[in-house]
Amino acid sequence: MRGRMSSPRLSTACAAVLRRDLTLAWRRRGDIVMPVLYALIVVTLFPFALGPEEALLQRIAGGVVLVTMLLAMLLALDAMFRGDIEDGSLEQLMLSPQPLALMLGTKILAHWITTALPLIVIAPLLAAMLHLPTAVMPVLLYALLLATPLLSLLGAVLVALTAGTRRSGMLLALMLLPLCVPVVIFAAGAVAAAQQGLPWLAPIAWLGAALVMALVLAPLACAAALRIALDA
Amino acid sequence: MANWIPLWVHKLSSPPNFYRFAGALRPWALVLALLLGAIALYGGLVLAPADYQQGDAYRIIFIHVPCAWMGLFIYGVMAVASFITLVWRIKLAEVVAMESAPIGAAFTFITLVTGSLWGKPMWGTWWTWDARLTSELVLLFLYLGVIGLYHSFEDRRQGARAAAFLAIIGIINVPIVHFSVNWWNTLHQGSTIRILGPSKISGDMLWPLLTMMVATKCYYVASLFGRVRTDLLAMESGKDWVRQIAESAQEGRR
Amino acid sequence: MTSLSATAPVLLEARALSFHRQDEPVFGPLDFSLHAGEVALVEGNNGSGKTTLLRILAGLLHLDEGELRWRGQPWRRTEHLGDTLFLGHHLGLKADLSARENLAVAAGLYGTRAGRDVPGVLADIGLAGYEDEPVRRLSAGQKKRAALARLLLLPGTLWLLDEPYANLDRTGIELVNRLLAMHATEGGAALVTSHGAVSFLDGEPTRVRMHA
Repeated sequence: MRGRMSSPRLSTACAAVLRRDLTLAWRRRGDIVMPVLYALIVVTLFPFALGPEEALLQRIAGGVVLVTMLLAMLLALDAMFRGDIEDGSLEQLMLSPQPLALMLGTKILAHWITTALPLIVIAPLLAAMLHLPTAVMPVLLYALLLATPLLSLLGAVLVALTAGTRRSGMLLALMLLPLCVPVVIFAAGAVAAAQQGLPWLAPIAWLGAALVMALVLAPLACAAALRIALDA
Repeated sequence: MANWIPLWVHKLSSPPNFYRFAGALRPWALVLALLLGAIALYGGLVLAPADYQQGDAYRIIFIHVPCAWMGLFIYGVMAVASFITLVWRIKLAEVVAMESAPIGAAFTFITLVTGSLWGKPMWGTWWTWDARLTSELVLLFLYLGVIGLYHSFEDRRQGARAAAFLAIIGIINVPIVHFSVNWWNTLHQGSTIRILGPSKISGDMLWPLLTMMVATKCYYVASLFGRVRTDLLAMESGKDWVRQIAESAQEGRR
Repeated sequence: MTSLSATAPVLLEARALSFHRQDEPVFGPLDFSLHAGEVALVEGNNGSGKTTLLRILAGLLHLDEGELRWRGQPWRRTEHLGDTLFLGHHLGLKADLSARENLAVAAGLYGTRAGRDVPGVLADIGLAGYEDEPVRRLSAGQKKRAALARLLLLPGTLWLLDEPYANLDRTGIELVNRLLAMHATEGGAALVTSHGAVSFLDGEPTRVRMHA
C-alpha cells in the first residue's frame, strides 16, 4: 500500500500534466502558428471567391469565421493524444494513481490553450477583414469563447475513440460533423441575431449550458473511450 | 452475465443457437416482407385516392415515410445493442449493432433520395434545408461515422466496441440536432412547408402506409439475420460448431 | 532471494490465465505466483505473449479468462494503480523534454519514494551531465536509462519490465540487475521479460514459461 499512501495530491498531478503539455507546445511554437495561418488563408480566400462587395461579406462574416475556426481546430485535433500514444506517455498516465478523467480534462485544457486561444485572439482581425460590424464583435467573441472549448471537449472524445487506429483525419471529420452541427448553429445563430438586431442571449445561454454539461461529461467519456480504443 | 437476464435470452445469445434460430426465421421474414410490401404498394399506388392538393406526387410517402421511420428505429436498435455490447461484452450484441448500421444507413439514404424527389414537384427544388431533411442528413452522417470507425480497427471486436460507444454518443446527439435545426429554421425563415403536419390522413392512405411499415420491419429482420449469420460464421470460424456446419454442407454437396 | 520467498507473503497470484485475440489463443492457461522480494523471468519465444501478459498485469488490457489475485484479494485494475510500475517498448519519455523534466512529470503523477529526488536518481542511473539535454538527443541506451530512472524514483511494489535489457551495454545490464536486487531487498517484486540469454541476476531466478 506504499504507493497509494504517498500518491501526490490531485492539484500537483494536474499542474504537472498542464505544465508538461504547455512546455511541449512552447518548444514547438511553429505548430501553434499553423492553425492560425490556416484560418487566415481561408478567410482571405472568401473575398476572392465571392467578390469584395461589403454587404455580402458582412452578411457571411460571422458564419465564415466560425466555420474557419472549426476547421482549423479539426486540423489540430488529431494530434491531441497521438504523440502520447506513440511514445508511451499515455500508458504512464493511465497507470498513474490519479483519476484518468481529470488528467485528460487537464490535457484538453492544455490543448485548448495552445490551439483555440490563438485562434480566438485573431478572430476580431478575421471578422474585420470581412467587415463584421464592431458592435457585433463582442457577441462573436462570447460565442467563440463558449463554442471552442465545447468543440475541444467533444473532439477529445472522438479522438480518444480513434486512438487505436491508424491516422484517420477524414474519419474524425466525419464523426465530428453531427456533433458540431448544434454548436455551429447556436454560435453562428447568436452572431446572426446580433447582426439583425434581434436578442442573442438565448443561443449564447444554450451554448453555455452545453459547455457546462460537456465539462462534466466529456472527460469521463474521453477516459472510457480511450480505454475501449487502446484495449486490444 | 447478470442473474436477472432470463435463461432463454442467455441461451439464444450464444452464437450457434442464434445462427440456427436466425436461419429458421429468415425465410419467413423475407416472404412476409415481400408479400406485405406488394400489398402496401398496390394499396398506395392504385387503391388510394389522389391528394386534392398534391395530386399523385404525394404517393412517394408510401416509400419515404416508412424508410424515414426505419432510419430512426434501426438507430434505436443499434444504440440498445451497443449499450449491451459495452456493458456485458456479448458477442451477438456487437454483431447486431454493427450489422444494423449499414441497413439503417441505406434506409436513411433512401429517405433522403425520395425526399428530394418529392421536393421537386412540391417546392420546385431538389434540396431544401428543411428541418426534417437536414436532421435526416445528420443521421446519415452519424451512421457513416459508426460504420467508418468500425472498419478502421484491425481487431473487429475492438472496433465494434469503439463504434458502439460512438453510436451511444450519437443517440444523445439526435434530439439535440433536431432541436437546434428547428431553432435554426425559425431564425433563418426558410421554406417551412410542413410535410406531415396535423393535416388529416384518410383511412385509404393510412392502411397502405402502416402495412409498408410492417413490411420494412420484416425486411430489416431478414436482412439483419442474414448479415449476422455471415458475421458469426466469420468470427467463430475456429469453433467446433462452424466446422460441423462446413462439414455437413460438404457432405450435402456430395 | 529464493530463500526469502518461501516465507514472504504472496503478492501476485495467477491461476489459469489465458488470453485470446480475435478468438486465437495468444497464451495460456498460465499459473504462477510472485512473492514479495521475488524477481521472476518471463520466458518465451517471439509472439508467445510475454508483452501481452505484462500489459494485462499492468491493467492496460482486459483480462479474458482466469483468476488474478493481488495481496490475496481479487485483482482489480483501479486498486493497484500507482503500486505497479510498467516499462514497455515505448519508454514513456517525451522527446522534447529533458530527462529531468520527464522525471518531474512522473513524480507529479506517481509521487516519489521516501528519500529519493530527481537529481540524485539521475546521478545514480549514470545520466549525470545529461540532465538538461532533450531526450531526443540522447543515445538509445541513455534513453533507456532515463526510463529506468523512473523505477528508482517512483514508489511501487510490482515492477513489470518488458525487455529492460534491450539496447543496454554491459554496465547497463549490471545497472538493471542492481535495480532489481535493490527492489527485491526492499520487499518489492518484479516480472521481467527477455527473449535472449542474458546475465540475469545472480543465482537461479523464478521462471514463468509461456507456451509458445
